[in-house]
Amino acid sequence: MSPEKLGHMANQIAMFFESQPGDQARAVADHINANWAPAMRAQFLDGAPEQALHPLVTAALPEIRRPA
Amino acid sequence: MKDFIIPSKDKGTPAKTGAPVCLTIDGMNITVPEGTSVMRAAAEAGISVPKLCATDMLDAYGSCRLCVVEIEGMRGTPASCTTPVREGMVVKTQTDQLGRLRRGVMELYISDHPLDCLTCAANGDCELQDMAGAVGLRDVRYAKGENHFETRAAEVENPLYIAKDVSNPYFSYDPAKCIVCMRCVRACEEVQGTFALTVEGRGFDARISTGTDDFLNSDCVSCGACVQACPTATLQEKTVEDIGIPEHAVVTTCAYCGVGCSFEAQMRGDQLVRMVPWKEGKANRGHSCVKGRFAWGYANHGDRILNPMIRDAITDPWREVSWDEALAFAAKGIRKAQADHGKDAAGVITSSRCTNEETFLVQKLARAVMSTNNTDTCARVCHSPTGYGLKQTFGTSAGTQDFDSVEQVDCAVVIGANPTDGHPVFASRLRKRMRQGASLIVVDPRRIDLLETAHMGEGLHLPLRPGTNVAVLTALAHVIVTEGLFDEGFIRSRCDWDEWADYAEFAADPAHSPEAVAELTGVPAETLRQAARTYASAPNGAIYYGLGVTEHSQGSTTVIAIANLAMMTGNIGRPGVGVNPLRGQNNVQGSCDMGSFPHELPGYRHVSDDSARAMFEAEWNTTLDPEPGLRIPNMLDAAVSGQFKALYIQGEDILQSDPDTRHVAAGLAAMDCVIVHDLFLNETARYAHVFLPGSTFLEKDGTFTNAERRINPVRRVMAPKAGLADWEATQALANALGADWNYTHPSEIMAEIARTTPSFAGVTYDLLDAQGSIQWPCNEAHPEGSPVMHIDGFVRGKGHFMRTAYVATDERTGPRFPLLLTTGRILSQYNVGAQTRRTENSVWHGEDLLEMHPHDAETRGISDGNWVRLASRAGETSLRVTLTDRVSPGVVYTTFHHPDTQANVVTTDNSDWATNCPEYKVTAVQVALSNGPSDWQELYEAQSELTRQIEPAQ
Repeated sequence: MSPEKLGHMANQIAMFFESQPGDQARAVADHINANWAPAMRAQFLDGAPEQALHPLVTAALPEIRRPA
Repeated sequence: MKDFIIPSKDKGTPAKTGAPVCLTIDGMNITVPEGTSVMRAAAEAGISVPKLCATDMLDAYGSCRLCVVEIEGMRGTPASCTTPVREGMVVKTQTDQLGRLRRGVMELYISDHPLDCLTCAANGDCELQDMAGAVGLRDVRYAKGENHFETRAAEVENPLYIAKDVSNPYFSYDPAKCIVCMRCVRACEEVQGTFALTVEGRGFDARISTGTDDFLNSDCVSCGACVQACPTATLQEKTVEDIGIPEHAVVTTCAYCGVGCSFEAQMRGDQLVRMVPWKEGKANRGHSCVKGRFAWGYANHGDRILNPMIRDAITDPWREVSWDEALAFAAKGIRKAQADHGKDAAGVITSSRCTNEETFLVQKLARAVMSTNNTDTCARVCHSPTGYGLKQTFGTSAGTQDFDSVEQVDCAVVIGANPTDGHPVFASRLRKRMRQGASLIVVDPRRIDLLETAHMGEGLHLPLRPGTNVAVLTALAHVIVTEGLFDEGFIRSRCDWDEWADYAEFAADPAHSPEAVAELTGVPAETLRQAARTYASAPNGAIYYGLGVTEHSQGSTTVIAIANLAMMTGNIGRPGVGVNPLRGQNNVQGSCDMGSFPHELPGYRHVSDDSARAMFEAEWNTTLDPEPGLRIPNMLDAAVSGQFKALYIQGEDILQSDPDTRHVAAGLAAMDCVIVHDLFLNETARYAHVFLPGSTFLEKDGTFTNAERRINPVRRVMAPKAGLADWEATQALANALGADWNYTHPSEIMAEIARTTPSFAGVTYDLLDAQGSIQWPCNEAHPEGSPVMHIDGFVRGKGHFMRTAYVATDERTGPRFPLLLTTGRILSQYNVGAQTRRTENSVWHGEDLLEMHPHDAETRGISDGNWVRLASRAGETSLRVTLTDRVSPGVVYTTFHHPDTQANVVTTDNSDWATNCPEYKVTAVQVALSNGPSDWQELYEAQSELTRQIEPAQ
């Protein structure tokens, strides 16, 4: 899957959680961990450095589970 | 073949609820609710009073005078249908006097009725004939005179004769046989709510009329209520004229929309004669629409593929083979993809048109046999945001009410739905309530027909710009919060107060006021304030919503906003209120319940939930993957990038129904093994390597779960035309892949579902047979099921308020694409049209049209009926235009029922932030005059020819 599209999807998730109370970065990471297949997460993490990411997504990166 | 029908006698007038009243009829004591008619009380006691104009689907009318009775202490002979029972009443239904009166009445009727009973289509199913027998009519003494049935009288044309109207494709109207009982007129008003029929003239001159030349060109929507109500052959199904009257009937469930109407499939041998809505059906209460009632001819259509077929390349012609050969070929393709590219290079798509049992097996095939969670369903592209939003706020993904609840609604809010076209039987029930005084608020870019319902007051229409749902709903919340219209008692006892306080603070922000968002949304602030006040102050406010809510980049946020509104106004947990998603297809609810989503096992339990997984691992004797799989758009993306190679698709046509057709086509073309399991060579099948012939709902046993969580039985009335029912084909595919499944009947699959899924724990086929249907949850706590959810508390405990900030979609209008396209359905067609286009419903809708406001048309030099080019950032197509002020300037609208229109070439791959549900409802487009089909359409047509060849049989 294209890293641009995955980055875009992650940014959309961040734009929902940025208005929510609580740990927003954690919420973004939880949503991605619960709904994205491992291959999507791996490709997203690999391509993340080149993408223009929402600050919340950047903050969530360490919490996104990299598949074994 | 199982013959299953509970005979339901017509009791003459509708049931009532009230204090018990005791009376005596023909010496029998009977107790009935206050308000019941003497006729119905007699029927309850097992006594049939002769009748013609009365039927229990309609209010009593008292015109035929056949049902007269004698009542002690009352003068004369009152009509039993219009006389309510009184305590201590003593009624006689058969006396010499009554017999004489009834014979006299019958004699008058028969004097103006043709006596062609032996060759009449209703012979054996005619109430006039039955009543002549019941009253003992032996003679008609009237001399020949003026009448309505002879074509010629006294050597000249009979001026009173009106020829039979056969313009409607499904039923005929023969005025010669009409007895003017008015049942059809009343059915059209009271049951359907269309008011297409009326009576012209008085007395002997009275004639039933559509007010137009014929039925086809009238307001008639062919729901069939009048045909069902007609006691004679005046309104008669053409199939009965052709075949004859049925000899047995089986109760089953319609396979069209999410209302899930119960029908009697009336049969002659294994030939279906007609579908008649079942009065005991709890979703439809004896009503139907044109699709379920009449549009079942696709089941016998010549386009049906009845043999399995395979081919190595999609440019090869199809080769008809045996089931064994096709399944071995398919299994080899799946295994090769997984061997070469990893276990997650294969997946399945379950169908929201197939049964729960079939869906359960397809996802089990993925998880347990193919060892991948790559399973998804067409609910992805319609109601997946409902799943997310309602689970977050209430704790489970389901509508909160049953359809009967609409009878107690005081204010109905309809958001992004067009019930008269998409869910017609529900619309009729809602309109009935509106005629009784319930108010209506419609939030939709388009002025839908519900707003034009006869005999209702002003409906409020909030004609928002597509894509601004969240802004409108948050502004409604703003008014409710700032004007103090919320239900503090409910919130304190049922919801988390701190979360409410946070949400109230958010909503109260002046940036969310109706005035602040009016320019963005296009909804006048005062209209919006009025809507908020109407909903919040109604004793019972109910929200009904459709895909105009979910199919947006903020679909999930909108569902959350809806749940917030219901919670803050206390409109949850009792009849007449609630949050009610109107599901598009017959089994959207069921396919979601059955674990079709890649991240959820059956019963909405996340795949990472160790205890849920352990239960299935023990049941299936396998190990399950704890990681979520790919969703449909993700599968297509992965295919384009070469990581996803094999797909088994049961009963879905993703090439036509999913957005951005070019992207879907590229994804399918990149796969090595596409297995399509369907009734017809659908659009997706042009990219398929294996075609497995499907079975219609008439050819298999199982269950569908409708929008009100009602598990409805589907019963086999004929053998599968292709040899295997769909669940048998899936089982055979699983076994070809090495599984050892041995289900012999879908009831065994339901038993497995009940063992593993808590909300279905109490569901059995025996209980379904006994109760007719069951609304889940059905378990120890609710042994007979649950009509209303969240009565004492939310499934998740406390109701959860969440902030709903508006985020504009990426799909913006600009100089190149200045208009917003939104899409929807029409009454006579269904979804991609695979079924309805293969019926005579096409007389009402032969092509998709683009609705455009005359102002937008004028500035582009476009006139009504012109061919136009519809272009977006994703692609372009051509279709014809129709001018209407139903849509606002700046908005255009079309349907997607016809593959040659290719509406989804234009829609983009934008999607909901939480679920990837595509944003069908907002596409920036430009419209310009054109000469005809676009290049893509011509190319597509050429490819269609190439990929649909079938080798001649050897």
